[in-house]
Amino acid sequence: MRSLLIAWGMAMAALAGPAPADEAVPTLNDPVAAKREVELAKQLRCLVCQNETIADSRASLAVDLRNKLREQMAAGKSDAEIIAFMTERYGDFVLYKPPLKATTVLLWAGPFVLLAVGGLIGWRVVRRRAMAAAPQPLSSADRERAERLLRGEGDAR
Amino acid sequence: MKRAVFFLVPLAGFLVLAAFLLRGLWLNPREVPSPLIGKPAPVFEKARLGQPTEMFSSKDMAGQVWILNVWASWCTPCRVEHPLFNELAAKKLVPIIGMNYKDTPEAGRKWLAELGDPYTTTFIDYDGKLGIDFGVYGVPETFVIDKQGVIRYKHIGPVTPEAMAKKIIPLVQELQRS
Repeated sequence: MRSLLIAWGMAMAALAGPAPADEAVPTLNDPVAAKREVELAKQLRCLVCQNETIADSRASLAVDLRNKLREQMAAGKSDAEIIAFMTERYGDFVLYKPPLKATTVLLWAGPFVLLAVGGLIGWRVVRRRAMAAAPQPLSSADRERAERLLRGEGDAR
Repeated sequence: MKRAVFFLVPLAGFLVLAAFLLRGLWLNPREVPSPLIGKPAPVFEKARLGQPTEMFSSKDMAGQVWILNVWASWCTPCRVEHPLFNELAAKKLVPIIGMNYKDTPEAGRKWLAELGDPYTTTFIDYDGKLGIDFGVYGVPETFVIDKQGVIRYKHIGPVTPEAMAKKIIPLVQELQRS
């Protein structure tokens, strides 16, 4: 099995080698590698289309990057090494999911901060209204008047 | 007082958001900052356009400031910036090296014959692999590389007369003095 894998790797390397491959070379003959390749491709952004991963994009750069991915896989590189290879060249922007860093804290925390602020304001508004709507205790004058009315003495105000 | 805060806080929030969005209007989302600036340029050796048996080696450029311009005959914006490189070449200020990116040599040669050849040397990156090493994602792209082989500047998209006059040429002259 191992020798088969190595043979496959070499075949891939040969395929991805000097030929300017316009079509991505399929990895269908090895489902495990194909799955890994797709998983990796889904994490990388196509810099031409920007809102697509290189797994989805049909831009020629995406095809080149997928070929590069395959070449690196065939060379036995780990996922982390392949991702590092891409970020060294294209920066963090190539990562479809931005990393959590000092410069991206606002991006990650922003929605939650806004939600918390909005929730706090909402809670205060609701509480204030609830207090305004709460029944006021009856004043002694009103109480006396009510009692008079109940006794049937008329409303002598 | 409390009422003023009640109105001022959302107003302040709106102004901050508006400032960010306004800034965003003038940013080009296609310009992705390159992590390669300040890093050594990839070392490579590639066949020359027109003389495929001869190789261009990036090591040949050691000790001098040079410009690397990535172009292709199929790239329309390259035509827009090309006259600027012709002008720059006429000044004999700095060697301009062309990277003929994902192109056929025939089309590349024809293009240079038609529009003029400002390049000291043009080499071929037929499969775009060297382009990946340079973080190229759209042509044209232009790099300024210093005497130590470090990438000092990258221009994405066609070089404008302003970028040429205000950034590239002054930077080249500054790097040549150092």
